[in-house]
Amino acid sequence: MGTPIHVANLNAWFGSHKALQDINLEVPPNHATAIIGPSGCGKSTFVRCLNRMHETVPEARVEGTVRLGDTDVYGNGSSAVEVRRKVGMVFQKPNPFPTMSIYDNVAAGLKLNGVRNRRHLDESVERSLRQSALWDEVKDELKKKSGASLSGGQQQRLCIARALAVEPEVMLMDEPASALDPISTAKIEELIYQLKEQYTIVIVTHNMQQAARVAEFTGFFLMGHLVEFDKTETIFTKPRDKRTEDYVTGRFG
Amino acid sequence: MRTRFQQGLDELKQKLLAMSGMAEQAVDRAVMAYQSRDLQLCNLVLEGEQAINMIEREIDELGLDLLAMQQPMAVDLRFVTAVMKINADLERVGDQAVNIAERVISTVSLPEIDLPIDIQRMAGAASGMVRRALEAFIGADSQMAEAVLQMDDVVDRMNREMFQALVKCMHDRPESVQQALDALLIGRALERVADHATNIAEDVIFWVRGADVRHHANHDQLGAPAL
Repeated sequence: MGTPIHVANLNAWFGSHKALQDINLEVPPNHATAIIGPSGCGKSTFVRCLNRMHETVPEARVEGTVRLGDTDVYGNGSSAVEVRRKVGMVFQKPNPFPTMSIYDNVAAGLKLNGVRNRRHLDESVERSLRQSALWDEVKDELKKKSGASLSGGQQQRLCIARALAVEPEVMLMDEPASALDPISTAKIEELIYQLKEQYTIVIVTHNMQQAARVAEFTGFFLMGHLVEFDKTETIFTKPRDKRTEDYVTGRFG
Repeated sequence: MRTRFQQGLDELKQKLLAMSGMAEQAVDRAVMAYQSRDLQLCNLVLEGEQAINMIEREIDELGLDLLAMQQPMAVDLRFVTAVMKINADLERVGDQAVNIAERVISTVSLPEIDLPIDIQRMAGAASGMVRRALEAFIGADSQMAEAVLQMDDVVDRMNREMFQALVKCMHDRPESVQQALDALLIGRALERVADHATNIAEDVIFWVRGADVRHHANHDQLGAPAL
């Protein structure tokens, strides 16, 4: 089952530049939540703070609270590795391990976590590929074909399968379909719709129609601030804040 | 700023204003035809219906194009959907003008008799509602639109009074039944014109404020602050 995400007084910096300003947000479990906003508004930084990816950048730092269910992400004794096991992430550009087979791509996370049992690995690979709607397309060539030989849309679904294999509670997706054609985009969107029954999904997108199609909740970020967070239909039909209105109608700037 | 999109919105507004002028004129002409028993005016109303139908289709097409090609959001989305609904109401206002004109053609063929009603007054109220609803649309003025909602009760009351007076007339003076029936149907058409004006005013409020006040559902939202 998905886990709620609680964010309180979250601030993030790159060196002296403050990229996030006092973000407070409750991401509901088992729903898709979209994060929208112009380039540089802090939306990617925000999701990278949810799984402690932000701190991998030199001179980057974070203050505030992020909770994934009962786990205090930045609490004393909390491990970045453990947090990232609970939070799968998919990026804009599909990034399968190029020299690995499809099977090994999906099994990589499990093997890294010490799983060696062949049957367990086989079952997890099949389950994950089925969940990411890729199984039927690759089942006959799992160990023959490399991940890099798949089409862009298939590679992205392979990356989603790889993230699902370790059974995360939350899936973060940073522009997951922006490099894909409309058919592959539709498959990813359908996948998001299916996956939210089991996971909490946070999706960063520049495509407002995509946010409207897949997400029940939407947050609008601007210059490091969370300007408005509400049901998606409210954000796109009657936003409360003038800045949100200007952004979603294209009058921004 | 999205220039092409803005041009599309402007074009949609201009077309709707042109259509509203045609629909208003049709009602005014039909009522004037009743007062003056003028068959030529009736024919103008009947002929004008085609032009109203044509512009209705143009507005629908343009609205659909904007929805499909520009994917408007928030206030723009509310604007396009409001225009498409107002478009349908204006077309029906045109239909009511035709109904009135047909009743006038029927009644002119009969002996002229004096009926105890004031069609002119009711027509003035109904047309006034349409005019004010459209002024509210032009000025994005939700307060003016609210005022239109209040006016509907006045027209409803006039219609009820007219109905009672005409039923009594038919009872007392059986030779007046056909003329009284025509007047009754004209009154009903005017009452419907007022209903369409109410719909238009509700759509203006939805566009400007994002508040749905139809069927008295959210009258508490009438006072909600504008965006």
